Amino acid sequence: MNQPIRRMAVACVVLFLALLLNATYLQFWQADDLNTRADNKRVRDAEFSRERGAILVNGRSIAESRPTDNEYEYQRVYPQPHKYAPITGYYSYIYGRSGIEQTQNEILSGSDSRLFVNRVIDMLGNQQPAGGSVSLTIRPAAQNAAWDGLAALGGDAKGAVVALEPSTGKILAMATSPSYDPNRLASHDFRSVQRAWERLSDNPAKPTANRAAQELFPPGSTFKLITAAAALDNGYDPDSTVPGGYRLELPQTDRTLPNDGGGNCGGDRITLSRALQVSCNVSFGALGVELGPEVIAEQAEAFGFGERPMSDLPAVAASQFPTGEGNTDGPLIAYAAIGQQSVQTSPLQIAMVAAGIANGGTVMKPYLVDEVTSPDLEVLDKTEPEALRSDAMSPANARALTQMMVATVDSGTGTPAQIPGVAVAGKTGTAQRGDDQNPLAWFVSFAPANDPKVAVAVMIEDAGVARTDIAGGRLAAPIAKAVMEAVLR
Amino acid sequence: MSIPAVTRAGNRTGFIHRRRRGAELVLLLLSLAVGVGGYAAVGLGMEGEVPADIVGYGGWLAALVLACHVVIRRTAPYADPVLLPIVSALNGLGLAMIYRIDQANGGTLAAQQLTWMSVGVVLFVVVLIGLGDHRRLQSFTYTSGLAAIVLLLLPLVPGIGTEIRGARIWISVAGFSLQPGEIAKVLLVIAFAGYLVLHRDALALAGRRLLFIDLPRGRDLGPILGMWLISLGILVFQRDLGSSLLFFGLFLVMLYIATERPGWIVVGGVLFLAGAAMAYQLFGHVRTRVLVWLDPFDYDSGYQIIQAMYGMAWGGLVGRGWGLGDPMQTPVRESDFIVAALGEELGLTGIIAIILLYALMVERGLRAALVCRDAFGKLVASGLALVLALQVFVIIGGVTKLIPLTGLTTPFLSYGGSSLVANWVIVALLLRISDQARRPLPDFTAPDADEDATQVVRIR
Repeated sequence: MNQPIRRMAVACVVLFLALLLNATYLQFWQADDLNTRADNKRVRDAEFSRERGAILVNGRSIAESRPTDNEYEYQRVYPQPHKYAPITGYYSYIYGRSGIEQTQNEILSGSDSRLFVNRVIDMLGNQQPAGGSVSLTIRPAAQNAAWDGLAALGGDAKGAVVALEPSTGKILAMATSPSYDPNRLASHDFRSVQRAWERLSDNPAKPTANRAAQELFPPGSTFKLITAAAALDNGYDPDSTVPGGYRLELPQTDRTLPNDGGGNCGGDRITLSRALQVSCNVSFGALGVELGPEVIAEQAEAFGFGERPMSDLPAVAASQFPTGEGNTDGPLIAYAAIGQQSVQTSPLQIAMVAAGIANGGTVMKPYLVDEVTSPDLEVLDKTEPEALRSDAMSPANARALTQMMVATVDSGTGTPAQIPGVAVAGKTGTAQRGDDQNPLAWFVSFAPANDPKVAVAVMIEDAGVARTDIAGGRLAAPIAKAVMEAVLR
Repeated sequence: MSIPAVTRAGNRTGFIHRRRRGAELVLLLLSLAVGVGGYAAVGLGMEGEVPADIVGYGGWLAALVLACHVVIRRTAPYADPVLLPIVSALNGLGLAMIYRIDQANGGTLAAQQLTWMSVGVVLFVVVLIGLGDHRRLQSFTYTSGLAAIVLLLLPLVPGIGTEIRGARIWISVAGFSLQPGEIAKVLLVIAFAGYLVLHRDALALAGRRLLFIDLPRGRDLGPILGMWLISLGILVFQRDLGSSLLFFGLFLVMLYIATERPGWIVVGGVLFLAGAAMAYQLFGHVRTRVLVWLDPFDYDSGYQIIQAMYGMAWGGLVGRGWGLGDPMQTPVRESDFIVAALGEELGLTGIIAIILLYALMVERGLRAALVCRDAFGKLVASGLALVLALQVFVIIGGVTKLIPLTGLTTPFLSYGGSSLVANWVIVALLLRISDQARRPLPDFTAPDADEDATQVVRIR
């Protein structure tokens, strides 16, 4: 009977080996998958009660974990909730994370591979692993100016502000209105969190939406910068003449394209520079028809349209310039060339266009995370500026377009953005959104024009003012001015 | 496995097993360090201090296993020195984990488990002292077979049988609940061994050859068909997939060992597949088990296994540490899923150690069967070792999603009196057989051979 017993012994070895291999698969190879599943309460609980790293702006925290007495040990606190909510996002037990809390979760929670050594040391020292902190590129003065500007518009005002450093792509300010209080979602009183969440979801003004980067709007006349750039790239210069007058006869239809307010642009033939200065719809509609959809689309893509420009925030929207039927065919290209029809952009994208022009035609990739540091303040990673597009325009054309934008602020539609002693380049915009909705007011600018330090885009969706009163120059330009001054000061 | 010299060349080579009782004692002390250390670590992990009753607890645990050691020294001096330390380590780990779960939910299961362990140790001692020679068990072949069947039927008797978590495998008498199947396990091994020793020749020799395998005659299929029906009965009436699988598998491997005919494995395998296919078609609970196993995330009833997997993944390579994981998320963590709880707090490292302990235990049991000199002893020892192996594989494999989950206790680890007591008896029987097997034969060539030294088998 010994032979079968020996065979059974071997069979048992095989069974136990299978158990060992399976346990290894489960606890080693499959563990990461299981640990990142959304319904894994262990991981969520542990993360929630861990000392999470801070989110810092200029060395001061805009999100931090403070010790508490309840079972979760730490409470996430946002000291300036509304101002920074679109950047930090929220960190909620029930509703997960958003913003930087989401994209930098691995560093903040301490599970990032760059913190591996710290984790081992914590484990050996029998301490709870702590998270690393994230320093942002935000300039507090600029952020204050942006948020205060939006807040000053009044209770129902909806809008967004983005400021970039043209030479690097650093985001200096990013504000959106209305905003919300992430402290209410981070609370450990889950019933009140639920109530707060329901109120936010039911609010038609969408306070949790980051209008600066995650939502798309018609760009209106600010898109004329892209049409102008395409024209400069196709043989025009600022002094070339383009059609002006009261209205543009559109091809393949008996409709005409009038100017905003129905005025004349200052003659039947005007210079390209003058056309930008007065934001002449007739001139740019005609340029759109002449250059054609492909050229404009290519120029828009050269500034970053069609792709998500950054990953430091979740769900950043890709701006769109759709071509083809219903978008740019026949007379529609004239509307598309002045930022109407199907064109959709985020304020971030418009700021990138200004920054690209300011930076001599090179569009830098925008970023928010400047540095990540370990819990003991050792720098783990510092973001290197990176070009998104190095040939959006030639440097000469960028200089020419800059001069046209300076003229716009000096003696055109953008005069409210003038800063004494500083050459400001800018462009207004008013985007129509159908008869039942108020138009959007835009202003995009950069300064100083000869050595740009800051590019700003301001979008105001609804300031609760009469439809006729909304114009980019009057509403949005003062906010842009305040942000630029805050950076230049 | 190396083949022991004693079986390869008989005792004429002069190979004599050493007693190794000192080694057993050293290993026992190490195993106590594991068990008592785990208990202390639970206190440190959860409260920040060593449990107040550590001395009483540790002392009692030590007294129990050292008592076993002393009894072995007196009554089975040649018994395998590794088995008792393995059992002590596993039992200590299980107790520490149950204590840890008690600490989290205010239960008193650990104290009950320690009481059951004491009962197990008493029975262990009774078996070793009362049973001087395992061959005496052969005369209880039919008695134990009958007793096993009665025990298996008990849960179906109205009034005393109770249904827990869908399986009708419990009886409750005077406030105590018992799982008679665990005790039936031991009795069945004895009954199978006794029966097979008598009938192995008929079952082994007659038959016809088909392809490369000798298949048994039709008329010899009676016993295996009978066992198959009993197993199906357990599945149908008690809805206990685990025990059903265990008993049939046990009978099959013992039949194979007794007859040395792989044909029986083929016949049994076909019967198993037929039964499994039938059960899958006919019974919703079997089908659910299989579907949940294939994709636990698709089914509500996958919750248990998902929580177990999350726990083990959370444990990772080295575990969260005693008292620092979150095994309370896992359902039934103190019994069926205790391995998941251990995997969470001790990590892959701990799980590997536990599986290796079981492997060592099974292989030591099979080694006792190998060196055993009589067929009945071989069958009992290999049956007991293999029933442990099967049980460990079915439950740990189920908890780690290697095979569909079936409810069985994890020997020595899980909370549960019947199982713990039965497993202590199994170890006592294995030690008794290994003592018999390793004990040197009396030297008949010596001039003044003492007549008392000849081996006289007393029947009754």
